[in-house]
Amino acid sequence: MNLDELELIARSVRQENAAYDYELNVCMDLACASQGAEMLREALIATGDTSGKKVLVRRTGCMGPCSSGPMVRVDPDDTLYGHVHADHAEKILSSLGNEPVAVLQCDLNEHFDKQVRVVLENAGHIDPEKIDDYIARDGYKALLTALTEMTPNGVVHRITESGLRGRGGGGYPTGLKWGTVAKAGGDVKYIVCNGDEGDPGAFMDRSVMEGDPHRIIEGMAIAGYAVGASKGFMYVRAEYPVAVARLTTALREARRRGLLGSNLCGTTFNFDVEIRLGAGAFVCGEETALIASIEGKRGTPKPRPPYPAVSGLWGKPTLINNVETFANIAPIVRNGGKWFANMGSERSKGTKVFALTGKIANTGLVEVPMGIKLREIIEVIGGGVPNGHTFKAVQTGGPSGGCIPAEMLDLGVSYDALLKVGSIMGSGGMIVMDDTSCMVNVARFFVEFCMTESCGKCIPCRAGTAQMYKLLTRICDGSGTMDDLSLLEELCVTVKETSLCGLGMTAPNPVLSTLKYFRNEYVDHIVHKRCTAGVCNIKAPAEVLA
Amino acid sequence: MSENVEVKTLVIDGQEASARRGQTILEVARENNINIPTLCHLEGLSDVGACRLCLVEIAGSNKLLPACVATVSEGMEVSTNTERLAKHRRTILELLFAERNHICSVCVANGHCELQSLGQSQGLTHVRLPYRNPELTVDASHERFTLDHNRCILCTRCVRVCAEIEGAHVWDVMGRGINSMVITDLNDDWGNSSCTRCGKCVQVCPTGALFDKSQIGSEHPKHPDFLPYLNLMREAQ
Repeated sequence: MNLDELELIARSVRQENAAYDYELNVCMDLACASQGAEMLREALIATGDTSGKKVLVRRTGCMGPCSSGPMVRVDPDDTLYGHVHADHAEKILSSLGNEPVAVLQCDLNEHFDKQVRVVLENAGHIDPEKIDDYIARDGYKALLTALTEMTPNGVVHRITESGLRGRGGGGYPTGLKWGTVAKAGGDVKYIVCNGDEGDPGAFMDRSVMEGDPHRIIEGMAIAGYAVGASKGFMYVRAEYPVAVARLTTALREARRRGLLGSNLCGTTFNFDVEIRLGAGAFVCGEETALIASIEGKRGTPKPRPPYPAVSGLWGKPTLINNVETFANIAPIVRNGGKWFANMGSERSKGTKVFALTGKIANTGLVEVPMGIKLREIIEVIGGGVPNGHTFKAVQTGGPSGGCIPAEMLDLGVSYDALLKVGSIMGSGGMIVMDDTSCMVNVARFFVEFCMTESCGKCIPCRAGTAQMYKLLTRICDGSGTMDDLSLLEELCVTVKETSLCGLGMTAPNPVLSTLKYFRNEYVDHIVHKRCTAGVCNIKAPAEVLA
Repeated sequence: MSENVEVKTLVIDGQEASARRGQTILEVARENNINIPTLCHLEGLSDVGACRLCLVEIAGSNKLLPACVATVSEGMEVSTNTERLAKHRRTILELLFAERNHICSVCVANGHCELQSLGQSQGLTHVRLPYRNPELTVDASHERFTLDHNRCILCTRCVRVCAEIEGAHVWDVMGRGINSMVITDLNDDWGNSSCTRCGKCVQVCPTGALFDKSQIGSEHPKHPDFLPYLNLMREAQ
């Protein structure tokens, strides 16, 4: 396979598509599929066959606004329909060429206008199981360009120039990481893609793996060329069976097309990817635990250094990046580092995909340029808090992150800004809470998550989170004292400063940030035996009632 | 000693020290008679950095490093005994005492227990955290030894000595987080496991979790210090 052959495939797909008058793109991602998108697709195909119009019905990955699903987009008109069901198939087909079906149309212009799509550029446009669809949208062009026109150093340089930072949460500069692995000695090196997305409320990586799997494979292959690795591992949690199936298909197709394997594009570069399934431990998202898990060992973290870049899988230099990081690579190589660096804020470049969930009108996936205000994401793109309730806080970064109160909504989203207010960027979960959420209970929920997901290796995380949970439970049920609160705060500091890995170090964040911004709620529970949100079931003791 | 050994100089608690490249902070500190408390570390076994008691402060960094695995670097300034560290160490010991059922007065290891000694040396006068009081079992199926989960602190010395020194890998850890447990084989009874009855795990266990049945009720000192000698003799072969 070379660039000319790639162009031929792309051209023939475009020609094929041009033969149709209309394209009906049906979102088949989990949220839409669970509401009958498969039946809808079959109905559209059946009705399309009898309608006499030349219609292509295509299954696609996640289009974004999951709360409006199942979704259908009609091209070339670019008409977006939401809450579509199989019975609507005839209506939609007969409307082609006439006025669109008004009742089904979604008004999501504001939702989409503020977004910039890099990682999700193909979402809703390609069939994830067809490699040719991906190639028709410039897929694998970056890999072949890198192989034939760039040196490995040149690729690393381009990534460094882009200012891309790790999208898994830590925000480590990707170019620097690639450079370190490239410089590490030895013939055998590995590329690992971290697809162990486990934060409650986060589904960005799943959508990318399910909707555009080739983009990740291409990113990994480019990384392999840049750092001198010929073997990659895709670590996906077993709870994502559709992602695993799509990736398996994608790998097979890529091998068939000669885009993975030996002597790619006639060069001496070999690269292939193997899928490894995680057993669902949150801690396996931590890179040293992930490595242990791939090696077939118990998934527990190890003290760093040595960093995986020096000694990783089976002691070899290993490059570990998150799914979204790899998904950014192909466009950066294609369009140049400067193009990417032009987007975003000063120290956080590019775009970020967020999974909007909780008490918000438009739940789903959004991709926004870094530096955008939280207010814009929540009020404009997310459509605000529904049902007349008022916004209370937004939680970013999952169990490692913190709650950001309403006063701080004008904060621009970047790694450093979020860290400063006691939260983290994290992998991109964004949970919106309104006046019906009790912040003590929220903190307890996340601490419980960390407690059950702790691997048990180091004491502060293993026993510390369990003690924090116990103290928070006391406060929630009204039996807590102010002494418990100060003990809790002290414990948070020890767990944060002494834990072995990131899970423990960040586990107190939800408690610390809610204590910082919503301390009055804690005091309310302890002193006044009252939960203003009405979530906690506090049994009032006799002396309070009297 | 090979000729091209790189020597590093550093300062530990205001005391100048020299070290070979690759040595851990703990090794160098002990060579210089500076005591850093440890629990999961045992000379002769690999280090896992799990107990977090040996954390030390490095000048210029806010991050605490585990002395058992962190290696020295030139000009490093290490503090092993600050107020911040002392506080963390006491809290960690409190967490350990409150985690399972450590009742010294009825323990076979009373007076010879590393956890107990650490509590004393670190000035732990009482435990403020609520005791968890979990219901745990005792495995007395082995003809010579007993495992009492109530006293286990999951330091994994038994796991490491069995895998690394005895070469049997009978011990391992099962479960996650607060529910982690040491097990023999695939959670079989110790008495029915592939145990070679060497007793090394009992000797290295810092508490009364593993003990010799023949010594119940008597003074029960353990001898975890045989490992460096054993390793030396093996290397010499």
